[in-house]
Amino acid sequence: MQFVSILIAGILINNFIFVKFLGICPFLGVSQKVETAVGMGVAVTFVMTVASGVTWLVQHYILEQFGIPFMQTVAFILVVAALVQFVEMVIQKVSPTLYQALGVYLPLITTNCAVLGVTVLNIQAEYNFFYAMVNGFASALGFLLAITLMAGVREKLAFSSIPKALQGFPMAFITAGLMAMAFYGFQGLFKDFLIL
Amino acid sequence: MNNKYLKTLTNGLVTENPLFRLVLGTCPSLAVTSAVENGFWMGILVTFVLTCSNVLISMLRKVIPAKIRIPCFIVIIATFVTIVDLVMEAYLPAMHKTLGIFIPLIVVNCIILARAESFASKNNVVLSALDGVGMGLGFMGALMIVATFREILGNGTFFGFHVMGEGFPVAKIMVQAPGAFLTLGLVLGAINLVANHKKAA
Repeated sequence: MQFVSILIAGILINNFIFVKFLGICPFLGVSQKVETAVGMGVAVTFVMTVASGVTWLVQHYILEQFGIPFMQTVAFILVVAALVQFVEMVIQKVSPTLYQALGVYLPLITTNCAVLGVTVLNIQAEYNFFYAMVNGFASALGFLLAITLMAGVREKLAFSSIPKALQGFPMAFITAGLMAMAFYGFQGLFKDFLIL
Repeated sequence: MNNKYLKTLTNGLVTENPLFRLVLGTCPSLAVTSAVENGFWMGILVTFVLTCSNVLISMLRKVIPAKIRIPCFIVIIATFVTIVDLVMEAYLPAMHKTLGIFIPLIVVNCIILARAESFASKNNVVLSALDGVGMGLGFMGALMIVATFREILGNGTFFGFHVMGEGFPVAKIMVQAPGAFLTLGLVLGAINLVANHKKAA
């Protein structure tokens, strides 16, 4: 049951973009076209899931074993940076086609605060190894959903007449605000038996 | 000569305000602007980390090899963020709890890495320090402007003090997630309007 509730909470109720404000930079920067938005979302999903697992191991078997939990920020950002580099090399070797599609977005993921955010939140929520990865995966799916929806809206927005001062970022924020209102409706979902 | 230093300092405050002109550091500026006090403290923390990391990176700019400069910058920034995190936890536990996850996330705040890469790694220590202070205070000012709208409209208060009188109909949505996006969007729009007007005149 907790599996399902973490999944739904991650995707809808605690949506990383609209409720937690994590990962806004790529959300605004790479949401011009649906195709690239999906590419970014998939790459982030992969990195967030794996990063959740690896940082859980680092926290429990290195930082806590040696009594240095205050090194968490430094250790986690290095894990994320190394992981992104590693993922980039593996994808390049295994599937050059996928690398072609994702190539540009992979290095950007290091500075995506959603990745570092989910790893720290996993530790704070005291999930076990499996649930940490589930939470990473669910949060990333929420990001994928948000960025894909946003790209869909922005593709249409490109053809509408917007006052000059609001073009670009201001309009993107206002659009996101309206979408956040819709996502706010999910707050009531699962309220009774959600243990979060 | 003096002019150059003054210009570096004011650059971040107005001309290249990190949030309003460059649209960097959007995650914390949406998350912590529900109250002016939160914006103020976030601004202080970012200013401290930015100034310290700018100074250290500027000092080490000739030592750090170009190929691995990004990981080096990140480790330097993460060190200062850890310092800030621990000091906050010890002396201001309530604010530490409010800002929560966004304190460790200063590491991935694009403003800091952007200044390290585009300014501190190319300029001397004094200029880099001034740039850090200017950019940091510019960010703090921007956070407080956004937070002012949200706190007054959403809560009827400013810096925790009631300013709108008893019967003020608060719009709770302004201190919640959608209000953050709407306020930042409208403030950015208003600033564009002023900037366009100035350019045309």
